[in-house]
Amino acid sequence: MTGFTGYIQLVYVLTAALFVVGLHLMNSPATARRGNQVAMAGMVIAGIATFVLLIHDGTVTTTGWIVLITGALIGSAVGLWAAQTVQMTAMPQLVSAFNSVGGGAAALVAIYGYYDAESRATGVLGSTTVFTVLDVLIGSVTFSGSIIAAGKLQGFIPGQPIIFKGGRLLNIGLAVVAIGTAAFLFGTASLPALFIVVLASLAFGVMMVLPIGGADMPVVISLLNAFTGTAVAMAGFVIQNWALIVAGALVGASGSILTKLMADAMNRSLANIIVGGFGTGDSAAAIAPAGDAQVRSIAADDAAIQLAYAQKVIVVPGYGLAAAQAQHGVAELAKVLEERGIEVSYAIHPVAGRMPGHMNVLLAEANVPYPQLVEMDEINPEFARTDVALVIGANDVTNPAARRVGTPISGMPILDVDQARSIIVVKRSMGHGYAGLDNELYVDPKTSMYFADAKKAMSDLTSAVKTLVGA
Amino acid sequence: MSTALLTDLTIFILALLVGIEVIGKVPATLHTPLMSATNAIHGIVLVGALLIGLSAHNAVGYILAFVAAVFASANVVGGYVVTGRMLKMFRRKEVRPEPGQPGLDQVNGHKGIKGFAGRIGIGRTQS
Repeated sequence: MTGFTGYIQLVYVLTAALFVVGLHLMNSPATARRGNQVAMAGMVIAGIATFVLLIHDGTVTTTGWIVLITGALIGSAVGLWAAQTVQMTAMPQLVSAFNSVGGGAAALVAIYGYYDAESRATGVLGSTTVFTVLDVLIGSVTFSGSIIAAGKLQGFIPGQPIIFKGGRLLNIGLAVVAIGTAAFLFGTASLPALFIVVLASLAFGVMMVLPIGGADMPVVISLLNAFTGTAVAMAGFVIQNWALIVAGALVGASGSILTKLMADAMNRSLANIIVGGFGTGDSAAAIAPAGDAQVRSIAADDAAIQLAYAQKVIVVPGYGLAAAQAQHGVAELAKVLEERGIEVSYAIHPVAGRMPGHMNVLLAEANVPYPQLVEMDEINPEFARTDVALVIGANDVTNPAARRVGTPISGMPILDVDQARSIIVVKRSMGHGYAGLDNELYVDPKTSMYFADAKKAMSDLTSAVKTLVGA
Repeated sequence: MSTALLTDLTIFILALLVGIEVIGKVPATLHTPLMSATNAIHGIVLVGALLIGLSAHNAVGYILAFVAAVFASANVVGGYVVTGRMLKMFRRKEVRPEPGQPGLDQVNGHKGIKGFAGRIGIGRTQS
């Protein structure tokens, strides 16, 4: 490493350090914005250093410059547009799309490296490393897998698990082809073989995500995030760049931690999720029906009375809330209650929403102060001294059946909603949750069911409370 | 195994450990912004995309460089902007609507003072 390139490498080291500091600042909502900016400062100096390197080297052709600059401008414009127009409910799709392009770009870096080395006199064999191959493999899987994940979340592709006969066998076949061909590349220089690796990996990515159901998406997105990070780190090994290695490792660690948190919150192993979701048929039969217990249904006025004369209310939001776009309605209702001096907080289950922390962002958008959003472990002891637990669009995460053995959700950590003095469940119908089983909470004598669309229910409740208290 | 590779591997492992340590402290509230911030960070692959330009001299090279540059720059810019957008929404206290609390109006009665008091938090009831 001589003079000039040494200095450039130093800049990349600084970039890596800024990434770490930036992520460190993300540990509190108060400093998180600064963290994002610090990380981006690292990105900007890395970009500048790279341009300086390109200019200094002088081997970039005119066409090369045009290609790079138009490419970067088009990409930036698309990224900017997507980031500014995206709805907060659609965040998981966007994150998935960014995973996709990140993994794709990492794979392209390695593919070009291979292609370029092959055309040189020295040959490609000496420079084909396990990193090149891993980069191509992981990057391609991430690229196609994330597209499918985004498609499922956006609704282009049906959200239910898509399973067909022989699918699992096909998956294994594709993995064998991809890994086998990759191994072959170490002994023989062959561009067509590299293409086979790319195609098999792309197909594997598609096949891996198709059988996974919508509610498992928090796990899948986290996993693909970890994949992207790993692919970028591998690209860093290929081009011997520390900024890429460190950034990739950080993202890989972050994605892995989130994957584990999400899988734990569902009490399911990663393998179980990848192999196929709930609702595949055999799991629903395992539960004992709740028998002759009656469901009690109430209307807005009665629910409003319960809420207006409570001292402490806990709102339990689930994905149904986001799907009905009711987050603003809930915040409005909470405001009216708070003005009456009622203590309102929100119980956030780790897998509420379609990605880690999704519910927090949706409620933050509706202006709910973040200290009111309480994590599961912290809020569970609070339910016992809560007058009304208002469950909106959440199902499986409130089902007391999870505490017993022998149900499909046994062992899953749940919110102890049934400990509250009374419970109001806002739900469109008695339909099942994702796990396909009856929710025992609904037949609890303390529970009243309020059948309505969440958004409409919130505005009706708000006006009913207002009428009641004469505000 | 070359020294360069050994160095790279060391950096990788240490960065992984630092990542686990640092990310483990991020509260669940911020997991979505965290994920989109790390999304922007893996956009550093843009450096790799740009470096393709060093040796690209035919159609294949140009196409790969172009696609990689589009992908990576969308990743960087989009990830950064959307993370910023999200984090801006996280507030400790609810932002009161412009005219201030009704109660405050009656107490102060003076617009200028009320505005100032509202801004620095004087006269705000603890709830």
